[in-house]
Amino acid sequence: MQPSKSERGVRIPLLRKPGAIPGMWALEFYRSNVGKKAVMAISGIPLLLYVFVHMLGNLKLYQGAEEINAYAEWLRFIAYPGLPEGGAVWALRVVLIVSFALHIHAAVSLTIANRKARPQGYQSKREYAVASYAARTMRWSGVIVGVFVVYHILHFTTGHAHQDFIEHDVYHNMVTAFSSYPVSAVYIVANLLLGLHIYHGAWSLFQSLGWNNRRFNPWRRSFATAFAAIIVIGNISFPIAVLTGIVD
Amino acid sequence: MALNLTLRVWRQARPEATGRFETYEATDISEDSSFLEMLDVVNERLSDDGEEPIAFDHDCREGICGSCGVVINGRPHGPLERTTTCQLHMRHFTSGDTITIEPWRASAFPVLRDLVVDRSTLDGIVQAGGYVTAPTGAARDANSILVPKSASDTAMDAAECIGCGACVAACPNGAAQLFTAAKVSHLNLLPQGQPERWSRVSDMVDRMEDYFGSCTNYTECEAACPKGISVDFIAMMNKDYLKARFKDRRRQGQSG
Amino acid sequence: MTVETPPQVDLNAQIPEGPLSDKWQNHRFKMKLVAPQNRRRFEVIIVGTGLAGASAAATLGEMGYNVKAFCFQDSPRRAHSIAAQGGINAAKNYKNDGDSVERLFYDTIKGGDYRSREANVYRLAEVSTQIIDQCVAQGVPFAREYGGLLDNRSFGGAQVARTFYARGQTGQQLLLGAYQALAKQIDAGTVQMYPRHEMLELVVKDGRAVGIVTRNLVTGEIDRHSAHAVVLATGGYGNVFYLSTNAKGSNVTAAWRAHRQGALFANPCYTQIHPTCIPVSGDYQSKLTLMSESLRNDGRIWVPKSPDDTRPPDQIPDEERDYYLERRYPAFANLVPRDVASRAAKRMVDDGYGVGELKNGVYLDFGDAISRLGRDVIEARYGNLFEMYEKITGEDPYKVPMRIYPAVHYTMGGLWVDYNLMSNIPGLFVTGEANFSDHGANRLGASALMQGLADGYFVLPATLPNYLADMLGTTPESVDDPAFAAAEEEVRERVNKLLSINGTRSVDWFHRKLGKTLWDYCGMSRTAESLTQAMKEVESLQEQFWSDVRVLGDNESLNQSLEKAGRVADFFELGALMCRDALHREESCGGHFREEHKTPDGEALRDDDNFAYVAAWQFAGAGNEPCLVKEDLNFEHVKPSQRSYK
Repeated sequence: MQPSKSERGVRIPLLRKPGAIPGMWALEFYRSNVGKKAVMAISGIPLLLYVFVHMLGNLKLYQGAEEINAYAEWLRFIAYPGLPEGGAVWALRVVLIVSFALHIHAAVSLTIANRKARPQGYQSKREYAVASYAARTMRWSGVIVGVFVVYHILHFTTGHAHQDFIEHDVYHNMVTAFSSYPVSAVYIVANLLLGLHIYHGAWSLFQSLGWNNRRFNPWRRSFATAFAAIIVIGNISFPIAVLTGIVD
Repeated sequence: MALNLTLRVWRQARPEATGRFETYEATDISEDSSFLEMLDVVNERLSDDGEEPIAFDHDCREGICGSCGVVINGRPHGPLERTTTCQLHMRHFTSGDTITIEPWRASAFPVLRDLVVDRSTLDGIVQAGGYVTAPTGAARDANSILVPKSASDTAMDAAECIGCGACVAACPNGAAQLFTAAKVSHLNLLPQGQPERWSRVSDMVDRMEDYFGSCTNYTECEAACPKGISVDFIAMMNKDYLKARFKDRRRQGQSG
Repeated sequence: MTVETPPQVDLNAQIPEGPLSDKWQNHRFKMKLVAPQNRRRFEVIIVGTGLAGASAAATLGEMGYNVKAFCFQDSPRRAHSIAAQGGINAAKNYKNDGDSVERLFYDTIKGGDYRSREANVYRLAEVSTQIIDQCVAQGVPFAREYGGLLDNRSFGGAQVARTFYARGQTGQQLLLGAYQALAKQIDAGTVQMYPRHEMLELVVKDGRAVGIVTRNLVTGEIDRHSAHAVVLATGGYGNVFYLSTNAKGSNVTAAWRAHRQGALFANPCYTQIHPTCIPVSGDYQSKLTLMSESLRNDGRIWVPKSPDDTRPPDQIPDEERDYYLERRYPAFANLVPRDVASRAAKRMVDDGYGVGELKNGVYLDFGDAISRLGRDVIEARYGNLFEMYEKITGEDPYKVPMRIYPAVHYTMGGLWVDYNLMSNIPGLFVTGEANFSDHGANRLGASALMQGLADGYFVLPATLPNYLADMLGTTPESVDDPAFAAAEEEVRERVNKLLSINGTRSVDWFHRKLGKTLWDYCGMSRTAESLTQAMKEVESLQEQFWSDVRVLGDNESLNQSLEKAGRVADFFELGALMCRDALHREESCGGHFREEHKTPDGEALRDDDNFAYVAAWQFAGAGNEPCLVKEDLNFEHVKPSQRSYK
């Protein structure tokens, strides 16, 4: 039992033992919230780069079936035979899976910590002074995009969620899928949310990593906005193109 | 011009008690009075009616001590930018308004009574390392330390923090990033703060995280800060913290 | 009830021998020391954590003493030192403009209207330079020149630029420096910090201060704390006037409790009135806000020539304005010292020339300065002050002249202390504004911060060991001692009494009445008649308080009315003593102006033959007249002269 404040004065102690496990610096680092935020930012970077390249690659849809299928083929045989078939893709997937896992784990544990830090909110209608809608909905956009990614893999990678899946025929798979309004709607909504997530995330990562410099600070916001916009416009163009018959 | 207002005020008799909102009519309030003076008037009337006055922290009433602060209609320190509750004047309200007044909310700030919270956890963060070790009498001549004017000015921008806790109150995560960053940056920007730079930032952040939530970059804290302290300092702190974690601090003569 | 009159105290200021400039160094050498390994055997209580208290607690903790520090605020960082705007003086002579320890000493003695001790003031000037060194080492972000050196500005009462500043928040930055040093010691465990604790009684045993009784303001617990020595750093008593620039919580209770236990209270009538504050706007007014004195550098002070002029200021032509300071004091004009400017404003308002809705202020007009220098220059110089003014009044001072009026700002009087800062009760030390020592009858701008830190960082840590050294091997008095029990009982009785009166008037009602009485009769100018009247009114108000005050709630929880009630109860007794002191001092000096004692053209007239002494009052039991004990002031180095600003 701690002595009462009246007996010993007020001193606010550190609750954890700092630097507990020698050699486990990475774990120590990750144990802190600032560290977790840095991990979120760093793990977000490959994901951001990936969605960008992914979108660029898919633009081949507009060049027709042969081009995009050849592109998919090429992806499978990068550095072949130095690497086995699909090796490079799998290497990339490992990076993405690790990033994704860290991103989600950090998000979940920070959310739990934050709920504990402010269990009771305000009862008057909360007016946010400056926080953007994107910032306030990161958790929701994140969860929904996460679920969507699972669906997306089952849909286009493994084909389990696809009505008419032909392996390696990317063009066919995309066109048949997006011909369905509900499927397109899911893709459009998910990508809008992804854009929202990026709009805050791509700005936020600078802050979390301490990349702050008054000279380029105004560019951080522009960068995040432009990046989000490019991803969203590129990605939602595919279902729209299919639905409107631009691609068939 | 006198104002007639309806107040919804959080009342809670003691830390462990359950609180509730009470509604009071605040009639005939001068628009030249400050928000706290309005509460004084209401309290005086409550007392005349045999009801215990509303407890709220306040002291200097000129916006510098950092004692006062309540959440007014969902905004810490009320609707005006860069203004403490004591410097908010009633002319910014209109007759007929209903004003909801709540204490700062964060698990690090338990309510002691009504609108009074315990903010000693903020002191704890400073105790962890928010100082320069400079035993009295050991200092050399003041002008032997040159500080570039820009560094001194930026340090002062951070040092203006009054420790009111509005940043924590405004944060949906109950995080004290802006408070901590202000103190870390104030000292880490100055030559005098360099010897303890890395241990300071890691010790202060660690203690902060024991009691407060984490930053999700909403920047609500900056908007609520009565001194307008910039979230740029949070980025500076993050950078120093990350560096501190990876630095071989023995080469800086520090442990850890 | 008969109360024994206590034996008359013999005051010995303990001023060291030798030439003025060697006194402190000689004294430091002669004083006894406590060896480092023995320091942890000593317990020291420090009440108050402003500049004087926090710096002392940090320094003593660092030296190895066991310190218990108390403050009524929720954090030691909130003490009212934080509100000081202008700066801190130090005889660094960084500007090479002829400053020296001698000159700072001389300016301070003269500024204090020759009512302070030479030896103390000299020491203050001497350690002033170390304070700046110390604060810079702590990381206080003082203003800098482009080359990285410290910047200075000039301030009232001096012809050199010796004031160090950190924007308009010098007090804040200095206090944070001391607070940070204190925080380090709290973490190290050498200082135990008790925030939200109020000292309600001093415990004296066998003539020595042995501890205090406190109330935990959150839980109402009454606790006993014992120590080898008790330091009061509890600030001034300006709040006796209700409206002042002090923080709402600033109070005299700790000092007054010590006074009632036998500590002498010196020069209570010396109160400083600051000329540039924002006037009262209505009866809800809870405090007054000071606007930096620097405004008078560019602002012109005036009132309309006709008391019945109701036109807005911009429609009053120049020839119908009375720039009364420029008219009356052509040499210093708008820059006359604080007391002179304040009294002149009072005279104009009293004569009906006041401006504003309540006719309770005078104009401070920047119109000329803006047209001469441009709005940009004025904004760069005073932007933050203008903003603050607009926030409070809702008027834009770039367009409409500011309205200002004097307000109580600082109290030079306080508990009597000797050269070692020890009161006449052995073991009771008093530092900062709470003691009477260094400012005489009037304090110069930027000197309060200097004194608080000089006491806390350098003087007390040198003189306290001298007292403690003799007590090596003793343990602090047991808190079970009857002296503690009696003190606690006294506190409980008082608390219960206040809670049980259950009258009809709030504490604030009484406080406002008391303040108004003192302001009207014992404020900027005083007469024998007004003071006698004040004493009568204070007495009857006090009686009414003890029978009709209403304090709701209980002792066992946070009860702000109860806190206020205890403080106001002590203000009554102090207020009466202030009036008594002012009545006995048949002269005008510094912050004490008696209408009966002025030069033919209305300036303060000192009487050095009869009043060159410190008036220290001894408590003689409730209801009895206090006894006056005099400490003569000897001026060996400066010759008192009449101040003139014509």
